[in-house]
Amino acid sequence: MSAKKNTKAATPQRLQALYQTMGLIRQVETALTRLFANSEVPGFIHLSIGQEAVAAGIASALLPQDSLATTHRGHGHVLARGMDVTGFMKEIMGREGGLCKGRGGSMHVADLSLGILGANGIVGAGIPIALGSAMAHQARKTGGVAVAFFGDGAMAEGVLHETLNMAALWKCPLLLVCENNGWSEFSPTSRQFAAKLEQLAAAFGASYAKVDGNNVLAVADAADQAAAQLRAGQGPFVLECMTTRVRGHFEGDAQKYRDAGELESVHEHDPLTAARAQLQAAGVDTAAIDQAIAAQVEAAVEAARADALPTLERAIQDVYTQTAQEARA
Amino acid sequence: MSSSTEMRYVNAVTQALRDSMEQDPSVVVLGEDVANAGGSFKATRGLLDAFGAQRVIDTPISESSITSAAVGMALTGLKPVVEIMFMDFITLSMDALVNQAAKARYMFGGQGSVPMVLRTPHGGGLSAGPQHSQCLEAWLTHIPGLKVVCPSNPQDAYSMLRAAIADPDPVMFIEHKALYATKGTVDTTQIGHIGAARVARAGRDVTLVTYGATVSVCLKAADELAKEGVEAEVVDLRSLQPWDKATVLESLSRTHRAVVVHEAVQAFGVGAEIVATIADEGFDELDAPVLRVAAPFMPAPFASSLEKGYVVTVERVIEAVRKTLA
Repeated sequence: MSAKKNTKAATPQRLQALYQTMGLIRQVETALTRLFANSEVPGFIHLSIGQEAVAAGIASALLPQDSLATTHRGHGHVLARGMDVTGFMKEIMGREGGLCKGRGGSMHVADLSLGILGANGIVGAGIPIALGSAMAHQARKTGGVAVAFFGDGAMAEGVLHETLNMAALWKCPLLLVCENNGWSEFSPTSRQFAAKLEQLAAAFGASYAKVDGNNVLAVADAADQAAAQLRAGQGPFVLECMTTRVRGHFEGDAQKYRDAGELESVHEHDPLTAARAQLQAAGVDTAAIDQAIAAQVEAAVEAARADALPTLERAIQDVYTQTAQEARA
Repeated sequence: MSSSTEMRYVNAVTQALRDSMEQDPSVVVLGEDVANAGGSFKATRGLLDAFGAQRVIDTPISESSITSAAVGMALTGLKPVVEIMFMDFITLSMDALVNQAAKARYMFGGQGSVPMVLRTPHGGGLSAGPQHSQCLEAWLTHIPGLKVVCPSNPQDAYSMLRAAIADPDPVMFIEHKALYATKGTVDTTQIGHIGAARVARAGRDVTLVTYGATVSVCLKAADELAKEGVEAEVVDLRSLQPWDKATVLESLSRTHRAVVVHEAVQAFGVGAEIVATIADEGFDELDAPVLRVAAPFMPAPFASSLEKGYVVTVERVIEAVRKTLA
């Protein structure tokens, strides 16, 4: 099927909401570039700047009972799902008040109350976790859909192939969202993967659609169609979103392996620029939206800076549930 | 009706699964050939008929993804019990176990937990060769976040599996192929306590610390030693992570000698942690060096003649005990 649909019917309200989500992701991650450069973020982070339309579009099709598992480049997905910005920022900055009490950081941020089963430091690992979540939705008849976000680099991981097989066998409500930015870490995916995702989906009889991942309304429409199909019990669905990675594999990566011309052109695909122009043409004050987000992000950063650092004594208590600690004592 | 019945170890496993599934609708069983075929070792026989294909799931041969799927199920309201046909195959499940199941609770700041069980049989004695005989429990006990249980008899197989399924954390439940046919009395009102050892035989002269299939080897050795007037105490750990340090050290404080016995390869095995703990915390109690009886540092053999020399025997245990008493 084709996910390309006439998006003119979309209401300006929907585009405005999507723009707001994308703007939040962009501003949070832009703040993170500064915080990282200033050594205020421990460890390393992988930014999704340029890929915000995928996160916003997919999340807009989800219901409260749905769940998702994401990747090392997962900030956008969790923020689009509605993760608390302050709790997120505290987590990324390694504070006790973070959503995961500073135990996980960027690569493991999660909020189980929103069905966010975690970002993941292992490429492809979220895919079979989302499969299990989809199986649980099926077994418990929650009506929910599980989403597995993965990058094109994960197409070479065996778990994707295993998961497609099982999800197809059992018609699991599993939405497999590939954010194809063309890069498997530091290598072009064309040199890493011999097949096409479309062929892989077809091999297992899974539904497949390819969409311009930098067009937020196109992603949202495709996600709506996929989710409807999944909720009708026709799963699984593979949605390949063609998008653009602006920053390096990790923050601080000078990207010397990329063509200068290619790097210069990345901004032409910016999903926010296109959405902003459309909204302004419809008379929406996007500057006011941007300013409100900026204030929200700044407040979150300040709250994180002021928050306590975690201690080892308390962290070790989170390894097992309390009953296990008691058993050990 | 009495709750105590004579049954085989494998049937005790099945009974624990059945009773857990009856009590809790969120418990599901999945694995290769667990439904229609009732499991390679028949540990899940009858469950498909009793609970249906939604709760007893035959999976493809995809150990990696079925173990990860169990993590996703556990994070979405189910209590999955995965069967991995031979412990050797957990090599394929290691990302799911080590990076996902073990760490989710911690990484997410204690927001939730991963109430899953992975059942798998270890051990040799069947000439199954290097890829179907290994005892890999030390891989798992080394990972913070996992619990590891290894029952030696039908009662513990039942009670500890009930406890494992009820536990909010991921529990690796290690069965033994050679024990499946052994019989014993099982009281189905008994729910085990993960982390609690069992003194399988009281004695005053030496403590034998063991688990799994070598418990019966140690008990036989103790019977032989008793004929010479040596009374060995046999501590069946039952649970390896957490393990019952207090019971071991208490026994040592009476016997002042210890031999640690397991089927797994000796080097860097579970026994190494026990011996090191005794050295750290029980040193003053010791009247002799602590010895280990375990497998040599080589793959589990196939030929019967080689397997005989590889496995722990009553004679090797007796020899070690005599050495500590010398």
